[in-house]
Amino acid sequence: MSDTVYKNNSVSDIGDNYAEKYGFHDPEEYFHKGARGINHEVVEMISRMKKEPDWMREFRHKALDIFLAKPMPKWGNTEILNSIDFANIYYYIKPIAERGQTWDDVPDYIKKTFDRLGIPEAEKKFLAGVSAQYESEVVYHSFHKDLENQGVIFLDMDSGLREHPEIVKKYFSTVIPPADNKFAALNSAVWSGGSFIYVPPGIDVKIPLQAYFRINAENMGQFERTLIIADKGSRVHYIEGCTAPVYSTDSLHSAVVELIALEGAYIRYTTIQNWAHNILNLVTKRSVAHKNATVEWVDGNIGSRLTMKYPCVYLVGEGAKGEILSIAFAGNGQHQDAGAKVIHAAPNTSSRITSKSISKAGGRASYRGLVKVYPKAENSKVSVECDALLIDDASRSDTYPTMEIDAENVRIEHEARVSKVAEEQIFYLTSRGLSEDEARLLIINGFIEPFTKELPMEYAVELNRLIELEMEGSVG
Amino acid sequence: MKNTETIFSIHDIHVEIEGKEVVKGVSLEIKRGEKHAIMGPNGSGKSSLANALAGHPSYTITSGEAYLEGRNLLEMDATERALAGLFLGFQYPLAIPGVTVANFLRSAVKARSGGDESRLKTFRKDLMEKFKLLEVDQKFATRYVNDGFSGGEKKRLEILQMAVLRPKMAILDETDSGLDIDALKIVSNGINESAPADGGVLLVTHYQRLLNYVKPDRVHVMINGHIVNSGGPELALKLEDQGYDWLNSNAA
Repeated sequence: MSDTVYKNNSVSDIGDNYAEKYGFHDPEEYFHKGARGINHEVVEMISRMKKEPDWMREFRHKALDIFLAKPMPKWGNTEILNSIDFANIYYYIKPIAERGQTWDDVPDYIKKTFDRLGIPEAEKKFLAGVSAQYESEVVYHSFHKDLENQGVIFLDMDSGLREHPEIVKKYFSTVIPPADNKFAALNSAVWSGGSFIYVPPGIDVKIPLQAYFRINAENMGQFERTLIIADKGSRVHYIEGCTAPVYSTDSLHSAVVELIALEGAYIRYTTIQNWAHNILNLVTKRSVAHKNATVEWVDGNIGSRLTMKYPCVYLVGEGAKGEILSIAFAGNGQHQDAGAKVIHAAPNTSSRITSKSISKAGGRASYRGLVKVYPKAENSKVSVECDALLIDDASRSDTYPTMEIDAENVRIEHEARVSKVAEEQIFYLTSRGLSEDEARLLIINGFIEPFTKELPMEYAVELNRLIELEMEGSVG
Repeated sequence: MKNTETIFSIHDIHVEIEGKEVVKGVSLEIKRGEKHAIMGPNGSGKSSLANALAGHPSYTITSGEAYLEGRNLLEMDATERALAGLFLGFQYPLAIPGVTVANFLRSAVKARSGGDESRLKTFRKDLMEKFKLLEVDQKFATRYVNDGFSGGEKKRLEILQMAVLRPKMAILDETDSGLDIDALKIVSNGINESAPADGGVLLVTHYQRLLNYVKPDRVHVMINGHIVNSGGPELALKLEDQGYDWLNSNAA
């Protein structure tokens, strides 16, 4: 954590206005709000409204059949999973606002939402393109001219399908087929929005591309679909940040994110999710790294009631690299079941998983990881480090690491630690004049520093603020 | 400025750890501008006294009084004692992984500024000056607090903190332990240069050698939870020469 980040933390009103800052919601003014529940009619309606090609419409229907046939996962938090009432969810809502090209085109009430999330400020600072998803449609989308001139495509997924059907058809669902899991199938049937990015060969997108997502209708599932293709030798960093208003009944967020890094390409995908504490965040994220390509997932989970998310890298080409760096913060009533998955399927591949979790006030953080090294992936390197910090005795941390190593000459490092904030550390800091809360926060900020230092400044600041917010009143 | 005003006083302090009494009625009075030393063999209770006075939660002060500038320290928690101007230089400074030295000190300065932003504005410059005083590299600022530090680096950081935080009363617990002679000179110089001129210093040490560089006005000898002897700087030399045995027999 840099010095400046901490300085910015000094804003005095941070943390005492969660409901005001994040819990507001606009009156629901929807152009189209379908009926609750999921069936082939709903899928047909979604596809028709979007004027999709036949192959996508058929894809959705097949996916729905798979969803209906597939059982619920029998691991993770089965109690919560089995309590999901799929018949009581809206699967598609289209807001009144059409997509805006400039900030001026964006309706005031939506602007207000973004203002309160601090988006325009972030934009001023370093945005190349903003793609903010409000409900199911992208309402605001700006794009930097230079990137466009370089042939970089950054669209919402619906527009991507309309404007670049050949690329979408070639890659869509190739990394995560609908049959992968029940929630991937559901997303495949009802997906709406998300980002579509294509970076042409050799292009280095120097500024991170980013999108904010937001759920605003009670009982409304958000099923965004993101597809990023980095062609040979190209580089791109995509940032996804989430905040959501507080509601009394559960909302479902179930995204599918597919990344494809072709030979020598580099993709980093950064997420900070701060869903309201009633949201179920069940997300499938997977990437394929071809020869000498690198994929990095930087994944922060602060909010939601239950998150089940295991960003994955398939190392399919020789010399490919994968890195998954994640933090999870589990407060009262929260279960963060997060982790990572790496498949080594080619020689000389390497992977590194760094997982950090913080549990407080009865929260539960689970690390669930799989590293598989196939026989032909010789001379591969694997490093897994799991670090859990417990703030109090009521909280819980579990680790479920799995390693299946079937190749020769594989170098494996594995470390797992569970620690508590030491009283001695607190005393050291309080003896310098910090309050116990400040001391604890500083120690926690230090604990997640390997993560925050990977974030752009604005996000590091936001993350530290979120942690501060979550830590309030934790002193018992 | 020589002053006869008392800045720090403790009276008949008793300290327990895990139910065991380790300090058994200690009294001291330090005037503004004075440096005192408490010497004693291992296990004499001198570090327990230092930690208890700073508010360490494992130590309980069961009876006695302690005042800094007339304010009752025993009514305050560790944070409040620090804000009142008390500083403890740790014998075993704690590592805070992921927190840089600069960040840590900025947080501490901010906590003590009471909303006065002027100290924060000059913080960088101030910090760099103190780095020079303690002869540490600028890279020190971006290293994590005591994380992977050598013994000597840890002690330099303690004195650096004292120099930046400018306490009124500094208790330095075994600051000389683990230092080679060069580091000892640097750390001693740091203490001399940055010790509060009109405040007080209490050096807690096992050996006399620190006192060659940081001259105490008074020396107290602590054995088995009691101060058994007090005197001028010459007492330290006598201890160096003759050890603690002659006092042990007195105490018994």
